Order: sequence, then structure tokens, then C-alpha cells
Amino acid sequence: MDVSLMIDSVPRLLEGAVVTLKLLLLTEIIGFVFALPLGILYANGSRAVRAPIYGFVYFFRGTPLLVQIFIVYYGLAQFEAVRHSLLWPWLRQPFVCALIACALHSAAYTTNILRGAIQAVPAGEVEAARACGMSAFQVQRLIVLPVALRLMLPAYSNQAIGMLKGTSLASTITLMELTGVANTIVASTFSPYEIFIMAALIYLAITLVITRCFKFAEYALSKHQRPLASAAATPEQVRHAD
Amino acid sequence: MTADLFQGWGTQLFWGTMVTLKVAFLSLLAGLAIGLAVALAKLSSSRLLRVAGDVYTTCIRGTPELLIILLVYFGSTVALSAALRRIGGPDTHFEMPALGAGVLALSLVFGGYAAEIFRGAFLAIPAGQIEAARAFGMRPATLFIHIRLPLMWRYALPALGNIWISLIKNTSLISIVGLEELMRVSYVATSVTRSPFHFYVLAAVIYLTLTIANSLIIDMLETRANRGVRRV
Repeated sequence: MDVSLMIDSVPRLLEGAVVTLKLLLLTEIIGFVFALPLGILYANGSRAVRAPIYGFVYFFRGTPLLVQIFIVYYGLAQFEAVRHSLLWPWLRQPFVCALIACALHSAAYTTNILRGAIQAVPAGEVEAARACGMSAFQVQRLIVLPVALRLMLPAYSNQAIGMLKGTSLASTITLMELTGVANTIVASTFSPYEIFIMAALIYLAITLVITRCFKFAEYALSKHQRPLASAAATPEQVRHAD
Repeated sequence: MTADLFQGWGTQLFWGTMVTLKVAFLSLLAGLAIGLAVALAKLSSSRLLRVAGDVYTTCIRGTPELLIILLVYFGSTVALSAALRRIGGPDTHFEMPALGAGVLALSLVFGGYAAEIFRGAFLAIPAGQIEAARAFGMRPATLFIHIRLPLMWRYALPALGNIWISLIKNTSLISIVGLEELMRVSYVATSVTRSPFHFYVLAAVIYLTLTIANSLIIDMLETRANRGVRRV
């Protein structure tokens, strides 16, 4: 194990990590923007509305992300119309293609998670909101969604970590993110252990940060479930009736 | 119609799919064994084994599968070449077969996830069942095989089904190191026929068929594992 080689590779690997993080962040934001309406419709919509969403979710969950990335990057270029369209300067960039595939993939998973969370909102709370005279929109905005967003956090954090690992596939379409950079360095130095383990450590660190952020969000959003500090009775405060 | 659909690549795609299934099943078997061993290590009374198990699952679950495949593939090539030189073999470049490296990498990944599932499932077994088995005078080995394993299996199956589906999808990553499975065959087909969209969508449909068929099989296994559970 050549430690100096490991340390020398860190700056270049970190440059790759920045690309990885950029891709991950954009993926999760775009994925969530798509998933929010889809998840609400998937949970509440009629059969005709649910069917296409079900197909979308099933396709993206049932096929490998690698195939999805290849369909966008190599597949779309097959069509003359795409190559002559105004979007072509964008669609030939590996970053944009990886982003499209990852965001759709992420949207499908998040839609499913959100649907599960919406269905897990206690029926009594929805009933109480209706009894208070809230409109269907108000019930969703004030009761169902805030509760569902908190309930979905643990599953969503798993999805985000899965997506972080998914971004490594962008290296197969020549994007120089963390895995891509590591692979390039290995090709020139041929010391796979040092470089790949260093890259793995960086991925582990990112995973750790993501997990911590979600743990914090979960904690911050469950204020009403924590006992109040002032209300917690200490043994000497407890007075017995006799 | 069919000739047009596969553009003469039907046979290759079929054998590619078979290789995909072979890799998946071999990794499943090895991965289940690794998962069980690591789960038992994490539940053991030895602190060293527990820490080792925790480090293993954390590392595996926090690194991308692609990186693990690359590490195992290139790493084992370097290690085997060095080992060959040390025992006085020829100074050649020994290349690890892609199948072996892929199966090893994917079973390490599967084992890491399965270990967490098995651990949870072992902990979910009601204490009364174990107590009853002891009261019958079962030896620890008998208790493990006849009580713990079948009960654990019932709790573990739904989650195991999920990682089995991911494993099938992850086999596509071995195409990166050159194994001639479904994804690689599609890649070769696209470079000859120049219709990438057609072949990658075809590959996606084949993967989709595999995952749907396997979820149905898992549903059947779950029904069978729960045949002793009374429905209220």
C-alpha cells in the first residue's frame, strides 16, 4: 500500500467529488419537483390517473439505472429529429444526459415513497381536518403533506444514498465524477487498491454527511413528539397524594 | 416481425440473458452465505467480531457497487499477478476473469445488505419460541436449524426480495469490465446495427421482465413462508 500515492490523489479525487455532489444535488431537486405532484396523484387519483404513474414508477424501478443512462446518452442520438433540434448542444453533454436519467430514476423512487407516506398519514387526522370544514386542498396542504413529508424522511434518506451511489454510473458515459476520476488515475498508475479505496472513503464520508443531515431533519421536525424539558418531572418534584 | 425486432441478435441476447441470470444466482448463493456469517458475527458475544461486522456492512453499503466491482476486478488482477511472480511463475500479466470478479463483487455487496436484514430478522424472533425450544431440551445446533432459521426466514423474506431485485439490476454493471452479459451484448449490437435506442430499450424490457417475474416468485415464497401464520 503506497500511502503517498493515496495522499497525492486526493486533490483530483475531490474535484471529482464536487461533480458527483453537483449531479446528486440537481438530481434530488429535480426528482423531488417531479415526484411531489406524481406522488399526490398516485395516492389520491382515480384509476385512470394512477395507471400511467404506476407504469412510470414500475419501469424506472424495474430496470437498471445503467440502461436508463445509456438510453438517454446513446439512444436519443439515434433520432435525426433529436440531433437537429435546438436541445442537441445540451443533449450531447454527458452531464446533462446523466442528470436526465438520474432525475427521472430518482423521481420514480420518490413518487413511490411519497405515496406510501401519504397513505400512512393517520385517517383520524384527515377526518378531523374535514370535520373542521377544511377544503380538500387545505387538507392536503395543511395536514396530509406536512405529516407525509416527515414520515417519508427515513425512506427518502435511503433513496438519497442510493442515488449517490447511482451517480457513479455517470462515469460510464465519460463524465469525470469521483468514480470516473478514480478510474482514470488507476489507468495511468495501475495501483487500483490505493486509488479505489481512497475514492470509497470519500463516498463513505459523503454518505455519513447525508445520513446526519436527514437525522437532524427528522429530529427538527418531530418537536411536537418530544417531551417538554420544563414539563419533565424529576423524582423529587413528584409529590404523592398521601 | 420477430426478426425485425431483434435484427438478427436474438440468439446473442438470449445467451446474454442466461449469463445475467447465472451471475445473479451465483452471487445470490455466495451472498446469502456471506450475509448469514456476517449477521451471526454482528450478533455474537465477541466484541471484535461485532465491530468487524459493523465495519463491513457500513463500508459495503456506503460505497457504489460500480466502485466495488472496479476494485475487485483491477485489484484481484494486480494481486494475482503479484502472487504468481512470488511463487516463481512467469512474469506475465494475469487477468482475473470478468465472471469471477463480478460474482465476487456482487456477492460482497449482497452479503453486506443481507447481513443487516438477517440481523434484524434474528432479533425479531419472539423470545418465547426460543424458550419453548430450550424447554423441549433442544441442543443449540438443533435449535438454530429447526427454530431460528425457519422463523428468521419468514421475517427476512420481504426485504431479501428487494435486494434480490437490486442484485439482478446490478449485474448490468459487470458489463463495464467486459463480461458478455445482456448489457454488453446490447452494447455490441448497437455498435454494429447503429440503433442504440432500439437495443437499449429492448434490454430494458428484458430486465423488466426478469424483475417482474422474480417479484412474482418472491410473493409465492412469502405466501409459503407464512403458511403457519394465522390470518385474522
